Amino acid sequence: MPSLGSDMEAGTLVEWLKQPGEAVRRGDIVAVVETQKGAIEIECFQDGVLEEYLVDIGQTVPVGTPLARIRGAGEAAAAPEAPKAAPEAAAEEPPTPLPLPVAPPPGAPKVAPAGGVRASPAARQAAAERGLDLAALKGSGPGGAVVLADVESAPAAKPKPKSKAGGLDLDEMRKAIAAAMSRSKREIPHYYLSHDVDLAAASAWLEQTNAAREPAQRLLIGALFLKAVALALKKHKAFNGFYREDGFAPSDAIHIGTAVSIRGGGLVAPAIHDTDQLDLDSIMAKMRDLVARVRVGTLRSSELADPTVTVSSLGERGVEGMYSIIYPPQVAILGIGKVVERPRVVEGRIEARPLVTMTLAGDHRVSDGHRGALLLNDIDRLLQEPEAL
Amino acid sequence: MTPDEARAVFFEELGNIAPEWDPAEIDPGEDIREAMDIDSMDVLNLVIALHKRTGIDIPESDYAKLITIDGAVAYLSAKSGG
Repeated sequence: MPSLGSDMEAGTLVEWLKQPGEAVRRGDIVAVVETQKGAIEIECFQDGVLEEYLVDIGQTVPVGTPLARIRGAGEAAAAPEAPKAAPEAAAEEPPTPLPLPVAPPPGAPKVAPAGGVRASPAARQAAAERGLDLAALKGSGPGGAVVLADVESAPAAKPKPKSKAGGLDLDEMRKAIAAAMSRSKREIPHYYLSHDVDLAAASAWLEQTNAAREPAQRLLIGALFLKAVALALKKHKAFNGFYREDGFAPSDAIHIGTAVSIRGGGLVAPAIHDTDQLDLDSIMAKMRDLVARVRVGTLRSSELADPTVTVSSLGERGVEGMYSIIYPPQVAILGIGKVVERPRVVEGRIEARPLVTMTLAGDHRVSDGHRGALLLNDIDRLLQEPEAL
Repeated sequence: MTPDEARAVFFEELGNIAPEWDPAEIDPGEDIREAMDIDSMDVLNLVIALHKRTGIDIPESDYAKLITIDGAVAYLSAKSGG
């Protein structure tokens, strides 16, 4: 059971997506787990053969409990005596947690959508593709949840209108947000900085670039923000990593958690892995993919566990400045307000310029305002040369 | 495309973007970004879907014409020659 956050204690196995004897590769989605923070697709972290399930569907086990045994290439088959995890109570001696390092964003899609139909993300996606109404299916998962096998065994049906209920349990999400943010405010001595960035160059470049593109290839300014932040973090390592019991550990990889708001309340911030190494088109494609999957509840464990820093943007309907709260054990979060035309002195004259206010919340245990100011200034500098991003 | 056909197409694609809402219940003169809580990514996805569906070229400078139902219906029917 991977740790999807320092405040996660246990999870319930909802569904296996691979069978014993089946080959698995690193990154394959092998199971779906329900946590307080939602239903998450669990990825495999090694190549091999899924030899044996160690946890049954419906079983709640503590973080760190092995879910299955995977035999790597060249390994002999394991002895059959491996103890299965006992249900719930077995938490007296928790096994070593899997090496998933980071707290998740405060919330994630939930198995049970409003309206009472419990279904795993894989089942929901399959049902949508086949035009099946989840409410009409008999669920064989825990608590009667509809799992992938139920959808696959269901007879074809006429397409029905999409549910208008969404697929998220906002009450649970709010609890998760409250827990993570309360911990952050208790433990992290925040400091805040803000800096206005002139986006005239970036906006002009974006307009020119998009004018020549089909809609599906167009970029949003958010992709430029993410790339500029990622490139700046390569130089300012005190803002990218995790603070744990033994202090701060900077991360060489830059996985930006990108806050995505949920209609009706709540948010998640899944990772765009190795943001600094992606071109703008790839970042844009990943942003679109993440937003789409947030909407249908098919996020993956690594996307929730891996962010090394978070960027939150309120977009064009927000306000000019936002002051965010760090997701522990991360040590920084950048807030981006809406782009607005404001007066600015340029070469001795007052001009109307598109400006955005960028804020940084930093962890004073790791960095100070001077370093934070240098980071914001470097992001500004990078955005003045959008063609180089 | 007649205005009725444009409305049907717009409602369907809008419903796909924000399935929590029934577009028929939205005031046709209201800003759909406010009424349906849709963001810039949703607007882009809506434009992509409408372009794919109708073949109408929708430049960025025209996005503002799509932010009300009445505006979108007029825009789509006019651009399609309906």
